Amino acid sequence: MDVIAANVVATTDPMVPMPFRITRVIREIPGVYTWHLKPLDGKPFHYRPGQFNMVYQFGVGEIPVSISGDSREPDTLVHTIRAVGPVTNAMQELHAGAVVGIRGPFGRPWPIDEVVGSDIVFVTSTIGLAPLRGLIYEVLHRRQDFGKVIICYGTRGVDDIMYEQDLHRWRARFDTNVHLTVHSAPSGYRGRVGSVNAAIRAARPDWSATTAFVCRSEALTRQAVDTLGELGVTKDRVWVTLERNMQCAIGLCGHCQIGTTFVCKDGPVYRYDQIEHLYSVREF
Amino acid sequence: MVHIVGLEDTLGSHPFAEGMDPDALRTIVGCCANAVYHPGDYIFREGEAADNFYLIRHGLVALEIHVPQGPPIVVETLEAGDIFGWSWLIPPYRWTSDARASEQVRLLKLDGACLRGKMESDRSLGYEIYKRFVPIMARRLASTRMRIVELATEPAVTPRHKG
Repeated sequence: MDVIAANVVATTDPMVPMPFRITRVIREIPGVYTWHLKPLDGKPFHYRPGQFNMVYQFGVGEIPVSISGDSREPDTLVHTIRAVGPVTNAMQELHAGAVVGIRGPFGRPWPIDEVVGSDIVFVTSTIGLAPLRGLIYEVLHRRQDFGKVIICYGTRGVDDIMYEQDLHRWRARFDTNVHLTVHSAPSGYRGRVGSVNAAIRAARPDWSATTAFVCRSEALTRQAVDTLGELGVTKDRVWVTLERNMQCAIGLCGHCQIGTTFVCKDGPVYRYDQIEHLYSVREF
Repeated sequence: MVHIVGLEDTLGSHPFAEGMDPDALRTIVGCCANAVYHPGDYIFREGEAADNFYLIRHGLVALEIHVPQGPPIVVETLEAGDIFGWSWLIPPYRWTSDARASEQVRLLKLDGACLRGKMESDRSLGYEIYKRFVPIMARRLASTRMRIVELATEPAVTPRHKG
């Protein structure tokens, strides 16, 4: 692997992967793992929360993965990956020391400067916390720029909670609320059980001055937006992410095109009212 | 100085009673009592006679389903402002789950058996009650459907690219 990596020429060509070494592997929950990576050339990797990389396991394949680390720590790149197919399953077998290729960062980031002054509500579930985690870090770095900060997070069960240490840390802050919900739990569990909507309804921001960042499966994004709408958050104050089959990541190949938008370069972050029409197109 | 709030005020300030006809509210107050449960207490158990319903004033209530050969599982929690227990409205008037206090819980406990009798003789009262319960039942049904979708589509954020 190192031989392959050594042969990869450092370049700024967006189609050429740069070699990164895995320095740490964290098993988050079954089938989900987090890599900490460092570039072999030692240069910091600058990106903004919400952007993604194309991650390449040499000889196996390449996949798009959102960046889930702290953008203020450009010396370490963090990716959380769910093993769902041949590439991600093969990646799951890699250990610290292995070298992979990274192209990026790509895509439109979360619009943090545009929402300064708002109350902020994050709505997400399961592995959807990964694309939002960098934004949560950034909002907390700039905590004084925002009103209330509330994280609404749902999982299937108490064993499926991602980034548990982060959630504990965020919950422990006096200036941040975390509303966690699970689908079912053993008897005696003292937390909230139900849908993510129950967590949204438990939040108490000033809904009329709230910006929401939603990262859920597309089937459930609309549900979250509807619930937020009932509470008073207009669709132009809801930001969502779309996931598509991104391959070139620079808007050339068309694999990620939906209607007139290329998710890899126009997204993956969108203001909901600008793409709402796409959600009603069946099987799209 | 201790300020004593009557049941009518307490019931009237719960979302369940919002906009309720004052006569109906007075009738319902006659079937109402305060109740407190400590963490772990059962409020009712599956199969028992369902002669009450509850308005949560404070705290978290877990609805649990008994699983044969295993401990029960919590399938939903309800909190302040919520209502639980509608088996008192539907024959055979038996609870279909357990309800348990997840923390200290303050409730308004309404005597459903008493109300059933009053609703039979006063149809406008019956309409007031049903008008409040049907939307809750519809919302819970919709929520349950969406949870099926959640379970079918998450976790995964359903990647289209099975890379």
